[in-house]
Amino acid sequence: MLSIKGLHAKVEEKDILKGLDIEVKPGEVHAIMGPNGSGKSTLGNVLSGRPGYEATAGSVQFKGKDLLEMDTEERAREGLFLAFQYPVEIPGVSNMEFLKVSVDAKRKHLGLPELSSVEFMKLARETSKRVDLDANFLKRGVNEGFSGGEKKRNEIMQMMLLEPDLCILDETDSGLDIDALQVVADGVNSMRDGKRSFIVVTHYQRLLDYIVPDYVHVLADGRIVKTGTKELALELEAKGYGWLENGEG
Amino acid sequence: MTDFQQQALQLASQQNGTDWLADLRARGADRWAAAVWPTRKTEAWKYTPLLPLQNDNPARWASVADCAWQQAIDPIPVDATRLVFVNGHFRPEHSSALPAGVARFSEADAAQRELIRSQLGTVMDSSLHLFGALSDALAADGVLIHVPRNQTLDKPVYILNVSTPEAQPAMSSQRVLVVLEDNAEAELIEHYVSGDEKQNLFVTAMTEVVVGNNARMQHYRINLEQEDLLHVGGVHVDLYRDARFLGFALGQGSRLKRIDYHVNHCGQGAHLGLNGVYLPRNRQLIDYHTNVEHKVAHCTTDEVFRGIIGDSAKAVFNGRIHIHQDAQKTLAEMSNRNLLTSPNAEVNTKPELEIYADDVRCGHGATIAQLDETSIFYLQSRGVTRAEAVRMLSFGFINELLNEVPEQAIQDYLRPRLTALFGQADEKLGQMTYE
Repeated sequence: MLSIKGLHAKVEEKDILKGLDIEVKPGEVHAIMGPNGSGKSTLGNVLSGRPGYEATAGSVQFKGKDLLEMDTEERAREGLFLAFQYPVEIPGVSNMEFLKVSVDAKRKHLGLPELSSVEFMKLARETSKRVDLDANFLKRGVNEGFSGGEKKRNEIMQMMLLEPDLCILDETDSGLDIDALQVVADGVNSMRDGKRSFIVVTHYQRLLDYIVPDYVHVLADGRIVKTGTKELALELEAKGYGWLENGEG
Repeated sequence: MTDFQQQALQLASQQNGTDWLADLRARGADRWAAAVWPTRKTEAWKYTPLLPLQNDNPARWASVADCAWQQAIDPIPVDATRLVFVNGHFRPEHSSALPAGVARFSEADAAQRELIRSQLGTVMDSSLHLFGALSDALAADGVLIHVPRNQTLDKPVYILNVSTPEAQPAMSSQRVLVVLEDNAEAELIEHYVSGDEKQNLFVTAMTEVVVGNNARMQHYRINLEQEDLLHVGGVHVDLYRDARFLGFALGQGSRLKRIDYHVNHCGQGAHLGLNGVYLPRNRQLIDYHTNVEHKVAHCTTDEVFRGIIGDSAKAVFNGRIHIHQDAQKTLAEMSNRNLLTSPNAEVNTKPELEIYADDVRCGHGATIAQLDETSIFYLQSRGVTRAEAVRMLSFGFINELLNEVPEQAIQDYLRPRLTALFGQADEKLGQMTYE
C-alpha cells in the first residue's frame, strides 16, 4: 500500500523529517506517536502534497506509484485521504456542494458516472447519520461555525464518502470529548475491511483504546526510533518519550 | 466644453417627442453645458477616468436594431410585466401588456404626465450629478411605475434593456420613475444586458424612486454587459416615514461602468438595505458610488458590497454615509470586501462616514484580500483541481449575497452565469500570492 524509504523533508528551510521509513500493507492500522515537534503533522502534510512541505530525499511508493510526483488532487483521486488536524472553514461554499464535487472528481477518475443530485443527497444524508451529524450541516458553509467535534466528524464523513485506500488521521482526536471520540473511532472502525489501511497520528494513547493499531511507531526528531505493537502505546503513556529519545530504547 | 459635451447637446436638441418635458431637458442641457468636465483631480472621478467616452465620441443615437438579439440574450425567466428596450428603443412586440400604473412617458395620460412633470428630476439632483444633467437633457421617453396608496403591484416589473452591436460609437438613454404612495408596494427588476460582441455603445440610465410612508420597494439593478460597452447611470431614492427600499446591484462587464446609488432618508423609521456584487475581469472598470443621506432620526442603513477583481481589471467602491445633525438614533452599517485574483487587479475602496449627530451607531469595514491558500489546499486534498478550487472559493465569496436575493428566479438565473465567469480561470490564478 505505502512504502516510505529514507524520507527527508523540510518546511521553510528547516529539516523536519530526517530519514523516515514505514511500510504499510493493505488492511493494516499504523499509529504514529511522538512528542511535539517530532514531525508527526509534517508527515501527513508531505504525503498529501501540501505546498511548503518539500520532500528533499527518499522515496514514497503508494500502490506501486511514485506518490511524490503526483499533484495533491491526483493523490486524493488515487485513494489517499488526509483528515485535517485543523479543518478549514469555507463560508459561501455549502458542505453539500463541496462533498459532491469531491465525490464526482473521484468517480470521474475511476471512470464512473457522476451521481445525480438526488442520489448524492440520499447518500450524504445516510453518511451524516453514521457520524451523528444533523443533515442541516450539509446546507451550511463548509465547517462554517462548526464546533471542534463537528469539524472532525465532518472529516470522517468525507472519508466515508470518498472511500479512500489509505486514510491518514492527523491528530483527529485532539480537542475531542469522549463521546465525539467514540463517534470518530466507530466511523474509522466501520471502514476497516481488511484492505483499507490507516495511519493514525496522535499525541495521546487514549485514541488507540478505540482504534486498535497493528503497529505503533515512535517518531522522534524526524525518524522512527521505535516500532512495536499496541502495548508500546501503553508503555509510552506510562513512561513518556524521554527514555526513547535518550537512546535507551 | 469638451467635444463630447457638445455632441451630447447636439443629440439632446434632437429630442422632440414629449414636449411637456422640454423644461426638464432645457434645465439639464444648461447644467450639462455649464459643467466643468471631470479630471483626475475631481474627487468623484479620481479612479474612474472618462477618457473612453471622449475617445469614442458617441455622437449619434443607437439604431433601432431589431436583428437577432433574442439569439444572443436570455431574459430572466421571472413571472413579471416585461418591457423590452433594444438600444433604448421600446419593442412592444417583445413586451407585455402594461397594467394600470405602468406606462411609458410617451404614452402617459394627463394625470400621469402631471405626476412625471412634478417628480422627474426631483429625487436626482442634476446639479450634483453630472450625468444626471445629461440624462435630464436627453429625457424624452422612459418608464413610469405608479402605485397608489394601499396598493401592491400584482407582478414585478421587469425592464429588459438590451444593447446590440453598433458599427459606429453610439448612445442610448433610459429613464425610470417609480412613485409608491403611502403603504404601496412594488418590485422592479432593471436588467442591462448585451451579447458577447463588441458593442460600441454608451448607455446612460437613471432611475428615480419615491417611496412613500410605510411603502416598500424591492429593486434589482443587474448589469451584465459586454466589456467594450460604456455605462454611466444611477439609482436615486427618497424614503419617507417607515419606508423600506431593499436593493441588489450586480455589475459585470464594461470598460467604464459607473453606477451611483443616492438614497435620502427623508422620513423617520425609514430603512435601506442594499447589497451589491461587482466582478470586473480582463480590462474592465466598475465603479459603484453610494451615498446615503440620513437627514432625520431613527433611520437604518445596512449596506454590503463585495467584489472579485481579476486579470488587469479595476474596481472602485466609494461608500458615503452622511448623518445630519438631526439624525439621532441612526443605525448604519456598511461593509465592503474585495478579492483580488490576479497580481494586476486593482481596487480602490473608500468608506466615507460623516457624522454630525452624537447619538448614533455607525460602523464600516473595508477589506482587500487574496484567496486563502489553505482553503485551496483543503479542496485539492479532496480531489478537486486547483482551478476548480479557485472557482468554488471565488464564487463562495459572493454566493453569500446571492443567497440573500429574495427573487428565486434571479438567483437561479445568475448562479450558473456567474459560476461560468470563474470557470474560465486561467493559469495566472495559480501564481497569486496570499496574505
